[in-house]
Amino acid sequence: MAAVERKILLKHADEDYYSPSIDSYLEQGGYEGLKKALAEKPEDLREAVKDSGLRGRGGAGFSCGIKWSLVDRKSGKPIYLICNCDESEPGTFKDRQLVHKDPHQLIEGMMISAFANDVALAFIYIREEMPLGAKILEKAIEEARAKNLVGENILGSGYSCDIVVHRGAGAYICGEETGLIESMEGKRPYPRIKPPFFPAVLGLYQCPTIVNNVETLCNVVHVVNMGVEEYTKIGRHGNTGTRIWCVSGMVKNPGYYEIEPMTMKEFLYDVCGGPLPGRKFKGCIPGGGSMKILGAEETYTDREGKSFSFDEIIVDYDGIAAAGSMSGSSGMMILDDSTDIVEALANITAFYAHESCGQCTPCREGSLWTKKITARMCTGGARPQDVDLLYDMAGNIGGRTVCPMGYSTTWPVQSYIEKFRDEFDSKAQANECGMKSFDERLIEK
Amino acid sequence: MNLSAETLEKIETTIPKYPEKRSAVMPLLHFVQSEQKYISNEAIEWIAEKLEIEPINVLEVVTFFPYYRQEKLGTVHVRVCRTLSCALMGAYKLGDELEKALDCKMGHTKEDGSVTLEYGECLAACGTGPVVLVDEDLYEKLNQTEAVGPMLEEIKKRAQAGAATE
Amino acid sequence: MSEDQKDDGLISVFVDDKEVRCKPGTNLVDLVASVGEEIPHYCYHPKLSVSGNCRMCLIELGMPGRDRNTGEPMLNEDGTPKIMFFPNPAIACGTKAGPGMHIRTKSEMVKRCREGVMEFLLINHPLDCPICDQAGECKLQEFSTDYGKGYSRFVEQKVVKPKRTVLGPRVMLDDERCVLCSRCIRFSKEVANDDVLGFVDRGSYSTLTCYPGKQLENNYSLNTVDICPVGALTSRDFRFKMRVWFLKETPSICTESSVGVNTLVSSREGKIYRITPRRNDEVNDTWMSDSGRVIYKEVEDENRLSSDSSSGDLAQIHKYLESEKIAYVGSGSSSVEELYLYNRLSRTTRSVANYLVAHTQEGDELLISNDANPNTRGALSVGLIESLPEDQLSDLGSKIDAGDVDTLVAYNEDLTAAGITAEQLAKVDVIYFGTNSNATSEAAAVVIPTLTVFEKDGTFINQQFRLQKFLQAIPGLSGVADDLETFSQLLNHVEPDTGDLSSVQAVWAELSSEISLFEGQSFAALSPEGVALDGSTFKHLPFCEGKTLHYEPAAETVEAEA
Repeated sequence: MAAVERKILLKHADEDYYSPSIDSYLEQGGYEGLKKALAEKPEDLREAVKDSGLRGRGGAGFSCGIKWSLVDRKSGKPIYLICNCDESEPGTFKDRQLVHKDPHQLIEGMMISAFANDVALAFIYIREEMPLGAKILEKAIEEARAKNLVGENILGSGYSCDIVVHRGAGAYICGEETGLIESMEGKRPYPRIKPPFFPAVLGLYQCPTIVNNVETLCNVVHVVNMGVEEYTKIGRHGNTGTRIWCVSGMVKNPGYYEIEPMTMKEFLYDVCGGPLPGRKFKGCIPGGGSMKILGAEETYTDREGKSFSFDEIIVDYDGIAAAGSMSGSSGMMILDDSTDIVEALANITAFYAHESCGQCTPCREGSLWTKKITARMCTGGARPQDVDLLYDMAGNIGGRTVCPMGYSTTWPVQSYIEKFRDEFDSKAQANECGMKSFDERLIEK
Repeated sequence: MNLSAETLEKIETTIPKYPEKRSAVMPLLHFVQSEQKYISNEAIEWIAEKLEIEPINVLEVVTFFPYYRQEKLGTVHVRVCRTLSCALMGAYKLGDELEKALDCKMGHTKEDGSVTLEYGECLAACGTGPVVLVDEDLYEKLNQTEAVGPMLEEIKKRAQAGAATE
Repeated sequence: MSEDQKDDGLISVFVDDKEVRCKPGTNLVDLVASVGEEIPHYCYHPKLSVSGNCRMCLIELGMPGRDRNTGEPMLNEDGTPKIMFFPNPAIACGTKAGPGMHIRTKSEMVKRCREGVMEFLLINHPLDCPICDQAGECKLQEFSTDYGKGYSRFVEQKVVKPKRTVLGPRVMLDDERCVLCSRCIRFSKEVANDDVLGFVDRGSYSTLTCYPGKQLENNYSLNTVDICPVGALTSRDFRFKMRVWFLKETPSICTESSVGVNTLVSSREGKIYRITPRRNDEVNDTWMSDSGRVIYKEVEDENRLSSDSSSGDLAQIHKYLESEKIAYVGSGSSSVEELYLYNRLSRTTRSVANYLVAHTQEGDELLISNDANPNTRGALSVGLIESLPEDQLSDLGSKIDAGDVDTLVAYNEDLTAAGITAEQLAKVDVIYFGTNSNATSEAAAVVIPTLTVFEKDGTFINQQFRLQKFLQAIPGLSGVADDLETFSQLLNHVEPDTGDLSSVQAVWAELSSEISLFEGQSFAALSPEGVALDGSTFKHLPFCEGKTLHYEPAAETVEAEA
């Protein structure tokens, strides 16, 4: 039987009967989870989210329940909840669907999470490039407020919480939670050093703060609605729930697919329709542009020493980690045999050079340098030593910066070279101006 | 600062939404830019005073974010996504077409102020690339010729409407 | 170990396997410095908030391991705690010492980190050391000797940024040299309270700037030059004047106010080129005012009294000292030693009255106090005066008018500025000691030139009753005797068995035995940071100082003012 989607978060989103209005949401049983939650004790809700095994859908895949449990509840300071809707990782467009098509699911998830964490003021940080999304959310919040689902004394429970929509202005770094917090405070979004600025203790306005991804917060609704036992039946141990994968690039049916864990083969062929006619997959960037590439011809070995092929990779957190990469923001970019890997890298490094905030040295200088080298390599100026230089230099960035974005330069550079070294070498040796798959101006100088 | 009553009202209602005034820097910049098409030094100083911070604090934010402009944007703002998925799907070819069709150099604003055309980084619509953001509206799958036409129509309509009101 | 902890409150941290005892929470950069080693860094500054952006201070950090299941400490075979090192390096500047912590500052990984950061810092940095003022005291130069490759792998175009930007009346900026450490921004915001600097643009194009139309012009702007680890910020006064390696540095004390800012006077061949702050955590931290840095220009003041401009000599003074109606006016800018001898001279010549002229100003609550005299407390301590000085010498004026004073000795004070009229001056014989000519020296019968603070040794007592010493930076003006020499000679004339008191050492031998406040002190043993004296005898006096960086006025004084 062919593998299929399992729609929970996106159950109604694309259906004809459905609209982003609150009426549509209520018709489908919306806000029942919030009602249920308000009757429970916040600590029980937190425990349930922890037990559900829900992991963050934004990138690092950290347990949502543990994240909540780290919040300093003794400080006497207000606790803030921020929904991270700064979806900027190349290849990722799931939050866009959730916000545009089912905003009330997010708002309900936020209100439950806010109640569970004694939050009286929550924010949604939405990227500037989704202006419509911001409007939809603002409208949805007003609708919810009119029905006493947001605001003062929600449904007579005595609990009050408001949501403010905050628009970004075009910065990938605002997706990093402490960069986002700085930006919320009206400053340049320079990520903060940790220690001491762990958001759970010293976050927004130096108060305890929870930053959760859109998809994570939407899942909270279903944890509450289904109950822990039912929820944990979805997916597999350590990878509970569904995930929305965003597929783009050289594949027959790009799009967003909500699935339970399945193999790469099932996913790419059954769900996504396989490669374009006459083409072969070269590999996939599994979790957004910053993640290490997975080669289609590669043999992988997990921690126990078991070998497996690209097709056998399990598409979830642990499955992709076992293959040596990360599921990140679940933005899957597919490359095929028509793709020039050096040019693909040049495109990606140009993105991270543009998005480096410039606060700390390795990423600031290293990201632009990799962009300059890869651009030169693609425009006829490659030198044989460039490949080793790139590889070595990129190794001086990741893990030595304030935030994890250092890896966004290191991982692509190192993994593309490791897996497609011959293509890099031939480009470097041939010293040719290639430009097979892209326009020359792909490579900004 | 010459702002419309509507914008001023938005500003006044937005500031108190935040526990600390300074947080309102970004929304205020959005309001001002949407009305004036750019952020002038006068606006920076006005916002700084409004939020009780130093002008440099506002300038630091304005120059960090590519969306905020210190030079006037065109009546229509056209952004072509150039990041990997869209590039694979032909974003640069699309860019060329738009340059010709709009008679506007990539990365520039037309002299008559009607259109700003530029490449942008990932617009988070990778599955339907190449995509273009025209002001607030997203156009998708623009490697299909039939999709480009309606978008161009809309851009030209807006540009003309803008010229008429000015 | 835990037993020790109770004793002295200190903990053990292991730096490259060497045990170091420190207070919990000590910053690791400072901790390693305290044992004579250096962790290279750019952005960290002990007196500013930690920003952790330069990444030069990366180290390996380990903690004693604990079993994940049992929570029990993990042990090596020999029973010592098993140290679990984090896989990624940590910034030393952002890490505080905790019990049992292990750090590696010399491992292969640490070396690689530093080499990597050095390379990144240098790729866009101009190669203009030969014309850069910072050369010789540049951290980029220093650390590239230690961690640089010696060649560049960078063949691309460097990022172009603004050069020769005038940031303010005293500070120049070269953005291409800037390593974006943000020290200057943090200083302006956190210490000078003048938030005018910031970064614009982003990534590698980030540029330090001042808001258009504004200037970095606060009176502490030059501290940004001091703390800039590279040649991005330079002093317009000092620019291109002298290579720093030719400069001799002499510890001194700023005379701008009673704060007593610790300074370094840099000179070459008898000429002073600049004054920079000297760290003293009890007084000025690592800062000083811009106005204090130009005081050295008084050495070459056009009104400076030299041996040519003096009139008369010491022998001429002798007869005036015989007057029975003699009065003395001293200066709060003289040293403790000078004021001591001056006071002794006044006592042995049976002075009718001694005065000090108050010079008050509006302090800045930072490093300039309300008292423009650096040594008011010195004058009190040696007994020249018993109450706080006033800025107008009306009492002296009345005494002159009443004929109670016919001889007046003035030391570094222009009496006309203190309310003594020309007519009153004409009624008395004036003997003037001082560095500069003024209306009083013009009216004086005898004028003896003296030295500036830069040309002699001495001590001041600041507002905190902290005794601090300054040393001679440059030779005195040719033919001008040290003030102590002058007074020692005069004293020996009046009292032939006084002995030689022409050196600070000799004066201190007396000070420490004669005045209880100075008991046990000597000039030679006085540390560069100075020593806090017990000023409680003077607690009742309503000193004029308000709050400054490390000074809180006594409660009574505040109440009295209120």
